[in-house]
Amino acid sequence: MSFEAVIGLEVHVQLQTRSKIFSGSSTAYGAAPNTQASAVDIALPGVLPVMNKEALKMAIKFGLAVNAQINRHSQFARKNYFYPDLPKGYQISQFDLPIVANGHLTIDLDGEEKVIGITRAHLEEDAGKSLHEDFHGMSGIDLNRAGTPLLEIVSEPDLRSAAQAVAYLKKMHTLVRYLEICDGNMQEGSFRCDANISIRPQGSTKLGTRTEIKNVNSFRFVEKAINFEIERQIDLVESGGQVIQETRLYDPDKDETRSMRGKEEAHDYRYFPDPDLPAMIVEQSYIDQIQQTLPELPDKRTKRFVDEFGLSELDAAMITQDRALADYFEGATGCAQGNGKTVANWINGELSAQLNKTDIDAEHIPVSVEQLGTLINRIDDNTISNKIAKTLFQQLWQQPSDITVDELIEQQGLKQITDSGAIEALVDDVIAQHPEQVQQFKDGNAKVIGFFVGKIMKASQGKANPKQVNQLLQQKLS
Amino acid sequence: MDLHTLSLSGLGKLLQTKQVSSVEMTDYFLTRIGNNTDLNAFITLAPELALEQAKSADKRINSGNSSLLTGVPVAYKDLFCTEGVQTSCGSKILSNFISPYNATIVERLQNAGMVMLGKTNMDEFAMGSSNENSYFGAVKNPWNLNRVPGGSSGGSAAAVAARLSPVATGSDTGGSIRQPAAFCGITGIKPSYGRVSRYGMVAFASSLDQAGVFATAAEDAAVVLQNMAGFDPKDSTSIDKPVPDFQLELQQTLSGKTIGLPKEYFSEGLDADIARAIDSAVELFKSFGLNIVEISLPKSELGIPCYYVIAPAEASSNLSRFDGVRYGYRSEHTDDLVDMYRRTRSEGFGDEVKRRIMIGTYVLSAGYYDAYYRKAQRIRRMIAEDFDNAFKQCDFILGPTTPTTAFELNSKVDDPVAMYLNDIYTITANLAGLPGISIPCGSDKKGLPIGLQLIGKYFDESGLLAMAHQFQQHTDFHKQIPTGYQA
Amino acid sequence: MLICAFLGDILGISMSFSVSDIEKTAQLARLSVTEEDCSFYAGQLNRIFELVEQMSAVDTENTEPMAHPQDIALRLREDIVTEHDQREVFQSVAPATEQGLYLVPKVIE
Repeated sequence: MSFEAVIGLEVHVQLQTRSKIFSGSSTAYGAAPNTQASAVDIALPGVLPVMNKEALKMAIKFGLAVNAQINRHSQFARKNYFYPDLPKGYQISQFDLPIVANGHLTIDLDGEEKVIGITRAHLEEDAGKSLHEDFHGMSGIDLNRAGTPLLEIVSEPDLRSAAQAVAYLKKMHTLVRYLEICDGNMQEGSFRCDANISIRPQGSTKLGTRTEIKNVNSFRFVEKAINFEIERQIDLVESGGQVIQETRLYDPDKDETRSMRGKEEAHDYRYFPDPDLPAMIVEQSYIDQIQQTLPELPDKRTKRFVDEFGLSELDAAMITQDRALADYFEGATGCAQGNGKTVANWINGELSAQLNKTDIDAEHIPVSVEQLGTLINRIDDNTISNKIAKTLFQQLWQQPSDITVDELIEQQGLKQITDSGAIEALVDDVIAQHPEQVQQFKDGNAKVIGFFVGKIMKASQGKANPKQVNQLLQQKLS
Repeated sequence: MDLHTLSLSGLGKLLQTKQVSSVEMTDYFLTRIGNNTDLNAFITLAPELALEQAKSADKRINSGNSSLLTGVPVAYKDLFCTEGVQTSCGSKILSNFISPYNATIVERLQNAGMVMLGKTNMDEFAMGSSNENSYFGAVKNPWNLNRVPGGSSGGSAAAVAARLSPVATGSDTGGSIRQPAAFCGITGIKPSYGRVSRYGMVAFASSLDQAGVFATAAEDAAVVLQNMAGFDPKDSTSIDKPVPDFQLELQQTLSGKTIGLPKEYFSEGLDADIARAIDSAVELFKSFGLNIVEISLPKSELGIPCYYVIAPAEASSNLSRFDGVRYGYRSEHTDDLVDMYRRTRSEGFGDEVKRRIMIGTYVLSAGYYDAYYRKAQRIRRMIAEDFDNAFKQCDFILGPTTPTTAFELNSKVDDPVAMYLNDIYTITANLAGLPGISIPCGSDKKGLPIGLQLIGKYFDESGLLAMAHQFQQHTDFHKQIPTGYQA
Repeated sequence: MLICAFLGDILGISMSFSVSDIEKTAQLARLSVTEEDCSFYAGQLNRIFELVEQMSAVDTENTEPMAHPQDIALRLREDIVTEHDQREVFQSVAPATEQGLYLVPKVIE
């Protein structure tokens, strides 16, 4: 029998507000333990939550970006369970009335589009952290993260493979950064994912029993964990076993998932509306106002780059994946007389290579858009060759400076030789020195021309205009 | 001078005219508390802090930068967080908890210059109607030491009744201010939900809890409430509405207004002495020119069942934070994490609290939520609608505060349901969020005080205080001091 | 339990809290109950639930649940950091701390 995997994802996105969702503590990452845990965050007796306006705004932004319904009446609810990193003994979350419902995201896999449903996205508070280093057989609790706003985005079980799941996650990751609601830092836990996985016989419409894999924090691990889990479930069913509903943990070292049973006891979260927080009412005018401020989103921008600059779909998509990179593209294109295609080639070639090599993100590209634009212009007007432009690009990357590209060319005397008299002299010289090759050419070996060009370029230190050199050679040799 | 016989405004005048200093006054009441420990009205006294506050109050008075409350002593129910002073909620689990911050109302009364004498005894986490559920022992009723003072704010009520403190704060979730005020023969007001900040008041049932005041007279309660009430940005359920001038409103014209008498409040089970006392009070109000109509609150009897689902449900969640991790009691013998939680909570909470956590956990658990919790919330709306309808016919609802006067200590401890029924007349105002006040209106054959309850329209504390004040202008029940505490 | 209550209504017998209900509830609430406690609790909780059962006779179909005493919308605060580090004072009342962390018996993951 062949099986089909059914996957749904729950993405936890830390919203990049300055303060926590229900208190005025800072959300900055990396502070000393418990120094950003206020009376509200540590749940002192008598304290009360007050909701952060910005967190709501970000949730609405997200909802609009995935074409979802914004619930004008939503409600915070308490999710009750005991855990030392959960100071109140309940998490303030949303249950039957989430802020965002019924959206969708389109993924593109090998040229094929697939629409993935988003069931809901709700606001909630993050928990603290348990540190398991040994403190005389005890664990340490740091509540700095407790109360950081989260948007939990729940997809429909529309995904059918690990590759689709990763495509969805990457798209989501791009989107939340575009919207500037999350920094997307997966190492710091700003963007986390749980995966619900089940299998069913190909063609069946019934859902199988699912397992949940918790907190897989890189795209690579998500792919591996899901693939492992699908295989495990298929093996289990094929050998006559049954999948049981449980939470499993992915171990990247062993590349396997394992059951978390033991810690897991029958959960009964006893959700009820939080009496400390009346219903959250959002005016339509407020939603409209946020709609106005939405940036151009990746899909639309890709389409525009194709239409406006003649980019290939692939090149455009690669550039728009990162908002900063797309902004850079538009900046550089503006400086390169609208020559978007060449700029795109540079970005997806030279620039991407440097980004990968140097671990710099697109927001901090050391070569300015003016510098790249001028480089391209100077190739275009034959001031410099492509090769010299690349060398200059490297130079500017390694030693960023405010110098203009023209100044740099001047300073280093890199201007192409376009004076035909000077080039002619070089050509004559080289021809005179290599009678053997001249004969070869005359015998019909046209490839020898490359040999002459190389020699002439070398003699000119790369500054001779290759086009002119070519023309002259053709003239003189025939 | 017999300072304890004076009203708050009497004391204020002595301070303002510098006939008595706040230090002397504070010392006077601290001594009086020390001489009457048999009531067990206080859990913690804060004499050093009190004298320090009194000194700065005296300075303020001398510099002319003072109000009527500056230098006047106050006692806080032990569920209001007070910085640097133990805040136990009458529980073992917080018996070592020194609050690092002040509740908003404590902050406000402190800013007005009031001097904190100490923290009063209460039923553990405000769960109880007799003040017998305190880890620190039962409080006794100053009118009869074998009787309960009512609860859960029993310590505050007993302290004011015995004139150990001129005023005290309380909290009322199902009657916890009005019922002890009735049992102890004093005035107690529970404001509308949202009128007074809940920030820093340890939560029992968040959608029902409201802080209020005990005083001998309504005019004293008005002054203190004036300073406590008003919008607090730290409490999302606090209402951003201006607070009227309660003192000025005490004199408002009542003639022509209408009192509704709910027939359900005068049915079987009501003590005959109480019925008689209420009747004569109604006659007095009539003589002020008020109209009397009979009304009906048909869902009244559902108040208790509804309350005993909603309050425990909220409480079970509110009390989850007491887990021995960040503050409070932690059991010494623990094998692992779950064991630590269970031992800490089982050893730290008393029986009634555990009972209510169990009820609350159960009614919220999977499969029962709709049958109990959601059902109770629907009933709650019906109860609120009862009041909406009633207030189309009248301005105030009048009745007894309690079905009986103070009962004997230990007489109901084994029967939670009998205990719960004590709150039958008070509980519905909490469910609807309405303001209520209890004032003394007589005594029974055993010499125990009888309380009269007035329930007002939403946010009409002014009307309630005016009714109470004008009644007290013509009666002296509120001036009665229990034998043994007169000197 | 619901079915029990329904059957109970038909048969005219009152439903009751079982010992396993008590144990399950106590486990959720992180309370420990001894066997004696169990029957004591069962007796008392059953009396309370008899009281609560009065509600089941009321037709509430057309009434919306009421979660808050007033019909107000949630107030929102500005996204501003207003709190400063108070770890020292907060941890002065903590049962066990080390290096700024709250200590608890080992959390098994």
